Amino acid sequence: MSVTVSERQAPSERQGVQPLVKLVGVKKYFPITRGIIFQRHVGDVHAVDEVDLEVYPGETLGLVGETGCGKSTLARVTMRLFDATSGSIFFEGRDITKLKGRDLRLIRRDMQMIFQDPYASLNPRKTVGTIIGAPYRLHKTIPKGKIKSEVQQLMELVGLNPEHYNRFPHEFSGGQRQRIGVARALALRPKLIVCDEPVSALDVSIQAQILNLLEDLQEEFNLTYLFIAHDLSVVKHVSDRVAVMYLGKIVEMASGDTLYRDPKHPYSGALLSAVPIADPDLAAQRKRTILEGDVPSPIDPPSGCRFHPRCPQSRAMSLAQGLGDQPHPRCTEEEPELTPQHPGQVAACHFPLPDRALVELDAG
Amino acid sequence: MAEPLLAVKDLKVHFPTEDGLVKAVDGVSFSIMPGETLGVVGESGSGKSVTFLTVMGLIPPGQARIEGEVVFRGQDLLKLPVEEMRNIRGSQIGMIFQDPMTSLHPFYRVGNQIAEAIQAHRKIDKKEAGDQAIDMLRRVGIPRPDERARQYPHEFSGGMRQRAMIAMALSLNPDLLIADEPTTALDVTVQAQILELIDRLKQEFNTAVIIITHDLGVVAEHCDNIQVMYAGKAVEYGYARDIYYDADHPYTWGLLQSIARVDAPRSERLKPIKGLPPSLIFVPSGCPFHPRCPYVFDRCRTEVPQLLPVDGHHASACHLSLEDKDRIFKQEVMVHQ
Repeated sequence: MSVTVSERQAPSERQGVQPLVKLVGVKKYFPITRGIIFQRHVGDVHAVDEVDLEVYPGETLGLVGETGCGKSTLARVTMRLFDATSGSIFFEGRDITKLKGRDLRLIRRDMQMIFQDPYASLNPRKTVGTIIGAPYRLHKTIPKGKIKSEVQQLMELVGLNPEHYNRFPHEFSGGQRQRIGVARALALRPKLIVCDEPVSALDVSIQAQILNLLEDLQEEFNLTYLFIAHDLSVVKHVSDRVAVMYLGKIVEMASGDTLYRDPKHPYSGALLSAVPIADPDLAAQRKRTILEGDVPSPIDPPSGCRFHPRCPQSRAMSLAQGLGDQPHPRCTEEEPELTPQHPGQVAACHFPLPDRALVELDAG
Repeated sequence: MAEPLLAVKDLKVHFPTEDGLVKAVDGVSFSIMPGETLGVVGESGSGKSVTFLTVMGLIPPGQARIEGEVVFRGQDLLKLPVEEMRNIRGSQIGMIFQDPMTSLHPFYRVGNQIAEAIQAHRKIDKKEAGDQAIDMLRRVGIPRPDERARQYPHEFSGGMRQRAMIAMALSLNPDLLIADEPTTALDVTVQAQILELIDRLKQEFNTAVIIITHDLGVVAEHCDNIQVMYAGKAVEYGYARDIYYDADHPYTWGLLQSIARVDAPRSERLKPIKGLPPSLIFVPSGCPFHPRCPYVFDRCRTEVPQLLPVDGHHASACHLSLEDKDRIFKQEVMVHQ
């Protein structure tokens, strides 16, 4: 049935390395209820459905997908900010799915988060010093008297002026605020940082500054990132491996370069072909698959392969086999498993794309 | 030489505030021909949105000092009475905004909102306007438009709302469509759909389009001409190819290098523009970009560079010599391409 862990990664260099984070069959359903006094349970939003994932120490795992595909929910389940409906979460080999109270607080030191909106994620009434120092006060890892000097060191580290310790968030620009968020996440020297769309609210020129900062910090502190974004070019730039999510499932995982060269899942292909390229000639050479319609409702996801109602590949296969212009019956009935493709690449598709599917072969 | 559809000449928009005079737009000139697509690129605070709000007459007159000319089909829009401007706005110049969540009224049905815009300019009855609204929704690619027209904005996804906004902006068949960051709030897949739609409708309606964006990647395939703005000034203008393959201004180079490109190998490091955009109250002396420019020399600190033609069409505002610019662009900017 499902592929074993070692096959899935095919990580010759990673054999024997214990993953920092491991998710096994993680599901997160949000119940939908009707009625005011007697709440009837009428359905579930299948935000994350049976996800297996490993993140190795020191790597950056990128997670891409459209709005509503469950990538933020998955991150929050990993952080134990949401409780998983079923499945297990392991951190450094230890099952943290059911941790509570003191034990949970201790494990939280090792995992921190950077949020998307630098305007909404900083308390406007607290000074920058208080915001960045909050983790120290909560976790009491250093004596009170040392907090200020520690915070100022952090500010310098992320490229803020330590003299601005007493300023308020509104006195900073978007990029600087995101640096404040980074400093706060770094305070407890975590092992894992979950970056939830850390640059999508910023101008491109400032995005580059923050991405470089994250890379530098990773090298200096040997951090592991789970990096979430809807922009594939940003994800590919920072990630060692990229996981593509669609409607609560991981549909493909590969190194960024492999994914860019040979996407196997038609959804990854469509996502890639939609990425704008700042080069008119090159952009004109790429084949463009414009997906029809929107992501279906996660309340009642499509049967079989969840991508089948929008999948151009499935229709093409069906036409080629004389079954008419409709999704292939195999796609509507049978749910595809993640299967190995190129080394280090897995995709969940019955009819994976051929190699180099996105480049027009006009040279030959 | 044909008449330009819109010609903006030396436009200045200054806002007096308690802290000082905010020079949001400070001497911008450009023109757009009928049927052309112009991309306007710049960071937050470069004056790109204010420029076009002024063109639309949407800056309240008491709040800003506006100088210069905005000539649309031979008429200076800045001198028009409010009533006449209202006639032009919507019917001859349409606009779509960045955030489709906030630009539709949440209490009214989408179809009625579009019909209302049509009725404001055309003397037709409600039924007919409603039918036209449904027809427009169909043309922007909304499935089951007659059902959708009766729904409220919260029942639409982000991409659908932006389509509805485009339907509204194009329902009166304007000659010029101004799109202010039309895709910034949307997913890449939806972004591609919307840009494709704008391209197609441009052909169908023969509309001139201005796309305002902060991301040079977005407009690469869709624009005839591109104008790069910085600190309230135009710093470079040219054909799209001039900007991507022969850029002349260090700020444009910075923008090109800070984009994370999906076709670049992972090992490549981004080269961000150092520092932050300047305050528009205390704009740096000389070239406003000089504090962030890696190639700055003495003249840049004192003398404001003019937007001068490099070759016929392509113009840039920079003191570097043409040979230097050519060499730097080829050796440092284009190397990874």
